[in-house]
Amino acid sequence: MVTLPTSGESQQWVGQPLQRREDARFLRGTGRYTDDVPHAFALHAAFVRSPIAFGVIRSIDVRPALEIPGVIAVLTSADLGHATLTGFLDRDEFIKTAMPILANERVRFVGEPLAIVIATSRYIAEDAIEAVSYEIDEFDPIVAMDDAQRTPQPIHDEAPDGVLVDLRMFNDDELEEVLATSHVVVDETFRSGRLQAAPMEGRGCLAEWIDRDDQLVVTVSTQLPHQVRTGIAQALGLAERQVRVIVPDVGGGFGFKAVLGREEVAVAAAARILRRPVRWAEDRLESLTASFQGREQEYTVRAGFTEDGVLTGLAADIRCNIGAYSAFPFTCGLEPIMAATEFLGVYKVPRYASRSRGIASNKPPSNAYRGVSRPQIVMVMEGLMDRAADRLGIDRVEIRRRNTIRAEDFPYSGPNGITYEPGSYLEALELCAAQVEAAGWRQRCEEAAPGFIRGIGIANFSERNAYGTATMGLRRMPMTPGFEVAHLAMDASGDVTLTSGTCSAGQGHETTFAQIVADRLGIAPDRIQLRQGDTDLTSFGWGTFAGRSLVIGGGAAAVAARRLAVQLREVAAQLLSVDADDVELVNGHARVRGTGASISIDEIAKTVHFRSHLLTDREEYLLESHGSADPSGMFSNGCHAALVEIDAGTCAVQVLDYLVVEDCGVIVNPLVVDGQVRGGIAQGIGATLYEEASYSPDGQPLAGSFMSYLVPTAAEMPPISIHHLETPCYQTETGVKGMGEAGTIGAPAVILSALNDALRSRDAWLEHVPVTPADIQRLLALPTKMESS
Amino acid sequence: MSESREITLTVNGERHLIVVEPRRTLADVLRIDLGLTGTHVGCEHGICGACTVLMDDEPVRACLIFGVQADGSSVRTVEGLAVKGELTDLQQAFSRHHALQCGFCTPGFLMLAEGYLATTPAPDPVAVREMASANLCRCTGYQGIVDAIVEVAEHRFRQRPI
Ligand code: FES
Ligand code: FES
Repeated sequence: MVTLPTSGESQQWVGQPLQRREDARFLRGTGRYTDDVPHAFALHAAFVRSPIAFGVIRSIDVRPALEIPGVIAVLTSADLGHATLTGFLDRDEFIKTAMPILANERVRFVGEPLAIVIATSRYIAEDAIEAVSYEIDEFDPIVAMDDAQRTPQPIHDEAPDGVLVDLRMFNDDELEEVLATSHVVVDETFRSGRLQAAPMEGRGCLAEWIDRDDQLVVTVSTQLPHQVRTGIAQALGLAERQVRVIVPDVGGGFGFKAVLGREEVAVAAAARILRRPVRWAEDRLESLTASFQGREQEYTVRAGFTEDGVLTGLAADIRCNIGAYSAFPFTCGLEPIMAATEFLGVYKVPRYASRSRGIASNKPPSNAYRGVSRPQIVMVMEGLMDRAADRLGIDRVEIRRRNTIRAEDFPYSGPNGITYEPGSYLEALELCAAQVEAAGWRQRCEEAAPGFIRGIGIANFSERNAYGTATMGLRRMPMTPGFEVAHLAMDASGDVTLTSGTCSAGQGHETTFAQIVADRLGIAPDRIQLRQGDTDLTSFGWGTFAGRSLVIGGGAAAVAARRLAVQLREVAAQLLSVDADDVELVNGHARVRGTGASISIDEIAKTVHFRSHLLTDREEYLLESHGSADPSGMFSNGCHAALVEIDAGTCAVQVLDYLVVEDCGVIVNPLVVDGQVRGGIAQGIGATLYEEASYSPDGQPLAGSFMSYLVPTAAEMPPISIHHLETPCYQTETGVKGMGEAGTIGAPAVILSALNDALRSRDAWLEHVPVTPADIQRLLALPTKMESS
Repeated sequence: MSESREITLTVNGERHLIVVEPRRTLADVLRIDLGLTGTHVGCEHGICGACTVLMDDEPVRACLIFGVQADGSSVRTVEGLAVKGELTDLQQAFSRHHALQCGFCTPGFLMLAEGYLATTPAPDPVAVREMASANLCRCTGYQGIVDAIVEVAEHRFRQRPI
């Protein structure tokens, strides 16, 4: 607990484990999520969804549904003017395809919406779904990536081979020669299973046309208020001003809500057509099988090493199963670009070439699940290190040490064209390895009970985040994200309202942004209120994703606060008849250095508003400022270690203990940082051992509930100890680096590394996630190296 | 759709007379008919526990119970915890231990823990973790939730009337 100082020296708020101001309302049950927003007259929407993975729609008959009392309308694609959303990259390697808001002509995955039913209750809307009939002629679906070669019918006619994006961003003519002459080449294929982000609150929205404002007001659970506005405006042919997006509390995002879904557009369209308020809340079946998924990828890699275990070069062929459509606004290029660009992680790789493709399938589209391709590339890089260490007889930590980018290498520029700002890559590795020793894990491995085997894994990695326009521009999206602006206004009672276009989904922005501003204004954070998630209240912004909010949004707030501080000091100087340079803002007061003179900031605020005639030389009235930030992007880094145990009887895996070294630059709130790390690791453990959005060969989803899509519970979580290093970022005023994804990124690599350590006596390696008990059983059945030799 | 029925329900000490369709879930009765939206719905199939409320002091999944089944019972929801405005010891411990991020799962965990602590006065941390595994949280990784409940259990046990 932190108590407010009442007197004495100034309190520094950045760095304090301040309890979050958001907490009280969530604890009382008075947080307001989208489906909690009251509306006495809202109609309820439900979607008629395709039970067929791939086919041509012959007919849809909605008439029987309209007979049901309480059903107001059933709309199909034609009723929406065949509206579409198109997420695309403006580059030759990208094939542009549209996603119809409601299926038009073809269905491309099970769960694709065919029609939207509007009724007086969700119960009646669901009755009506049953009454809608349709005829669909089926094609053979494309489920696995290789199916595309076998099936004559392409998913999109524009892409006959099913490849929507094919990037060869990195080429190296000498790579083959280098690999051919390397001491060893590790040649492996790694795979990762399809996942669903599964925030506890699914998607939802409430849309209403307001004549008075000539505006469609859409309350929606999203991470991207302004991009949702743009998408809805484009799809419905409205001006930006005619769409107001309001985001109330968001029950988890994880990238799953860094997108505009067709359902939200359909609900908005229905509200506009009917001129009646309409609401929709996704159920879990829809969320798991008919929204967005991600992570289904395959990496075929060849990595050359010298005899000493030093990397000579790396060739990668990356394929991502991006599902049936390119999502708006980040597109199906998201995973392939991220994988290719950031593959090399914390390692010095002299030569690098990659091809990365996004392949369409009859599954829901992929979007930006937390970490985007980084969990896989780290799993691959660390897997290569472990394999090479084994082949060369080098210790697993030592081989990483030999390849890691070191302090003296910064600023380091790799063959991926990225310049890395300083990080603590080697320090993190050394600290983590030392902690493993200190925690006695080796001993614990040897102490496994009969019938149990244990192993230790280690993974050293970075997390690129806070991509500004300079970096995002390279992707060639029609809208280039990256900057943020912040507006600050102090009112007559001395309280400050801050607006930002970033949008919290549980990260605690109301607390951490206030900490940053408080330090610069010399007032307590509880005097600062962040307003976010309303396109009419905030000027513009790019929302929350990729560890950008506190870095860019918070960075912009810091600039705005610095400017507001200047105004406060100038007013104080005039009121106290001193020079503004001699005034400092401390503990709620403007204080003259060296003298005892001071005036409270509350008093300044009151004077500026109510007695402005006393202030003769101000150019502007009021106390308002704005700031902006647009860093190019930066790398946080970390090293994880895990101790795992395999029960040879049941083939179950338990993570017994977990160590984290994290460097995210300046820490604004340690509670929040550690919370992000722990939560991310839980998702990473889920991805490695439990979760998979699996499909039958005919494209039917097999994980449609939390009984089959296994989100980890408290029982699956190990104790996690977290150690911090702090290499400040030089791109922002705050020194903060983003860090929301590190847990999710590191966990698959480290658990896989630990499992392979546990199974090292067998001549087999796990190179995919999720690892199921069946995989373990298969490996345990293999002869051990001793038995086979 | 069969005939709607009249039920009486005491929620957080207030008596209500409500007309419901037999298929209407208790979660919808609380959220839609009574406006108590603190009870969240995360799965509607009994796994996530976001909808956990106390029905006659027992934790139940409000998504799996029909309103008509709750006829005559007494229900306590998250809104009934901080009755006099001040957060309860458990709610305060959740904040101290950062046991919540997005807060969507929080009401369910609070009610689950309250029901549990009422019948299990001195649980050890392993038992608390096991109990907490009844509900899902996608944000926190659970450590803060377990720590908060353990701390409150110990504190309440020490403070119990002898
Ligand atoms: S909503 Fe009731 S258990 Fe998930
Ligand atoms: S705090 Fe978000 S689901 Fe638990």
